[in-house]
Amino acid sequence: MSLAQTDKYYLPQPSIWPIVGSVALLFMAVGGTMLMREIDHGGWVLLAGMAILFYMMFGWFREVIRDSEAGRYNKQVDSSFRWSMSWFIFSEVMFFAAFFGALFYTRVLSVPWLGSGDTMQQLWPHFQAAWPTAGPGLSGEESHFTPMHAWGIPAINTLLLLSSGVTVTWAHWGLKKGARGQLILGLALTVALGLVFLGLQAYEYHHAYTEMGLTLGAGVYGATFFMLTGFHGFHVLVGTTMLIVMLGRSIAGHFTADHHFAFEAVSWYWHFVDVVWVLLFVLVYWLI
Amino acid sequence: MSDVAHAHGHDEHGHHAHPTGLMRWLTTTNHKDIGTLYLIFALVMLFAAGSMALLIRAELFKPGLQLLHPDFFNQLTTMHGLIMIFGVIMPAFSGFANWQVPLMLGAPDMAFPRMNNWAFWLLPVAGILLMGSFLLPGGAVAGGWTMYPPLYIQGGISYDLTILAVHIMGLSSIMGSINIITTILNMRAPGMTLMKMPLFCWTWLITAYLLIATMPVLAGAVTMLLTDRNFGTHFFNAAGGGDPVMFQHIFWFFAHPEVYILILPAFGIVSQVIPTFARKPLFGYASMVYATASIAILSFIVWAHHMFTVGMPAAAQLFFMFSTMLIAVPTGVKVFNWVATMWRGSMTFETPMLFAIAFVCLFTIGGFSGLVLAIAPVDIQLHDTYYVVAHFHYVLVSGALFSIFAGIYYWLPKWTGHMYDETLGKWHFWLSVIGMNIVFFPMHFLGLAGMPRRIPDYALQFTEFNQIATVGAFIFGFSQLIFLAVVLKTVKGGAKATSKVWEGAEGLEWTVPSPAPYHTFETAPVVK
Repeated sequence: MSLAQTDKYYLPQPSIWPIVGSVALLFMAVGGTMLMREIDHGGWVLLAGMAILFYMMFGWFREVIRDSEAGRYNKQVDSSFRWSMSWFIFSEVMFFAAFFGALFYTRVLSVPWLGSGDTMQQLWPHFQAAWPTAGPGLSGEESHFTPMHAWGIPAINTLLLLSSGVTVTWAHWGLKKGARGQLILGLALTVALGLVFLGLQAYEYHHAYTEMGLTLGAGVYGATFFMLTGFHGFHVLVGTTMLIVMLGRSIAGHFTADHHFAFEAVSWYWHFVDVVWVLLFVLVYWLI
Repeated sequence: MSDVAHAHGHDEHGHHAHPTGLMRWLTTTNHKDIGTLYLIFALVMLFAAGSMALLIRAELFKPGLQLLHPDFFNQLTTMHGLIMIFGVIMPAFSGFANWQVPLMLGAPDMAFPRMNNWAFWLLPVAGILLMGSFLLPGGAVAGGWTMYPPLYIQGGISYDLTILAVHIMGLSSIMGSINIITTILNMRAPGMTLMKMPLFCWTWLITAYLLIATMPVLAGAVTMLLTDRNFGTHFFNAAGGGDPVMFQHIFWFFAHPEVYILILPAFGIVSQVIPTFARKPLFGYASMVYATASIAILSFIVWAHHMFTVGMPAAAQLFFMFSTMLIAVPTGVKVFNWVATMWRGSMTFETPMLFAIAFVCLFTIGGFSGLVLAIAPVDIQLHDTYYVVAHFHYVLVSGALFSIFAGIYYWLPKWTGHMYDETLGKWHFWLSVIGMNIVFFPMHFLGLAGMPRRIPDYALQFTEFNQIATVGAFIFGFSQLIFLAVVLKTVKGGAKATSKVWEGAEGLEWTVPSPAPYHTFETAPVVK
């Protein structure tokens, strides 16, 4: 492994991976649509697409890791990675902003409108606007649910994620001072915390569906609850996967004290996921 | 270091033969190849979506139903809008960015060549999903390009495909934008400070920022549509406590910045072309930069001017009305700067300059009609009429599309090494500018008289102006075949272009030979 720096910006050779990724997304979009429209074999097409996507990610990331370990990425390339990861996280912030915006709009504006003035008189005169709500017009099971309270599993999950922010930083300190044992232990702890978080959230969802009547269909409360926590949970899953890769690379001896942006990018991402959770905890779980 | 066999067997130094034929284009990591791919894609889609427009105009030649089933008419208006925006204008600008940003900054390529490839090759996937839905039972989406619920919740399979196509196009735009921003912020040649950058790079820097900020919001909006359609959520259903108008707020929070995404790179191209043919530096460079940034910032606080008729508090209407009118200020700065650049210049009128001047005049008409529509009480009269259609075609056809033509004529000699046919170029220009005005100018009158948009039939009194518009549409549409001929002719041959191409041209791209070699600025130039 040589980390000889060159002064030329590294330009990769032609690569097969992007077009493999495009084929994967075509299969996934067609398969997903077939599944949603209940056309036979949609699930298989979707699975094939996902398999191709994983093959692509495996191949593409392997190429990037090889380039990195061969020392092809100089300071300027490293700087490109830093800019791009920052902008990527900004795009993720805006993605969550759409759903937080929906939560704000319904809670603060449209639900009160439904329960007041002409709208209420003409549509559902008996609707009392309050949060959480399944709305004025649903019938049957969807309209009866128990809201999710903050001071059980969600509070424990908050502690878990905040602690994982500490452990990943502790791992980073280890990497910077060359203490590989600390790096590996810190990463392993972070991964463990992430996995426990995911397990608890899966339990929480199961509980919500089977015992609380809280489903995706439980009006706009159920929709915003599952959409926000669900996308967050998906990000935790992705983040944990990336942390596992970093753990593997750390054990394999990758990274040096001054050349380890992959690790840093993952920790940035992990902190971002952490911050989103704190917002979720306050706005979705606590303030109801 | 690793015991896994290398998938493609290229060695550490990688100087082996490049793939040829189709594989060259599928696997390319070269910014010029990828720029060309974007431009070819945009050209093909221009003819596809343009043909849809001609079918629409053919149906509207007479009142009553002649040629098309009304539902197919709705499919055409919807797909015409979606494809022109996401398949023509945006890819064409990305093509320009790919070709020109590295050349203008003195960079060896884009910052992330592999991701650059993927950003392009996602577009054909989205194109297949969108266009393929014409062949499915129920046909393509017919609910309008704005994707409003409840129509988009009720429709069939093509609506799911369209939503997923929008996700994929969003992915492409975000990756493309991250690449462009990183290239501009990190790959400039020594001495190329931000305030020395050509204005085209500035406008793309800000456009890329807008894309990264708003594309994820669109993704969120259409994801909620998808779950409302298929997974039982009630985001846009009042019975469940949701609100269909909420979709419009989220959508336009994306789509108003989107209209600046469609015009800021046009400003950039025109700001390169006009100084070249006026043989004077751009007037007010710094104010152009600040005006571009101001437009971008303001674009985030004006979205509800698209929704004055859906019902909102009067205070909100006033806020969105005044914030919208404020945008006229930085836009005006730009128009005056272009005019001042030409003032007392040694002007010549080659085809790029003709398109740029037409841009300044006609885009300004579109800007003024936008100002009219910004006035809430007026908009309540004009909402969803042909006045709106006239307005956005003046900014998108004589604005965005004309700037693309200007840019193609301007840089094609650099890209191909051949001069285009000036006579044919002038024919293309004059037929386009005349045809375009015949189509869209009468639409102002139709809208003021009350003709609603998006309908295949209309009342008798609108007949004459509709007939004029249809004649203009066919002139405009078929004159684009001249453009196709010019481009093909220039690619195949023609007079040799010098490296500077234009007498008044300034900038790093004119220091490399024409055609620009496959790799340029492998050693960074120094900018003084």
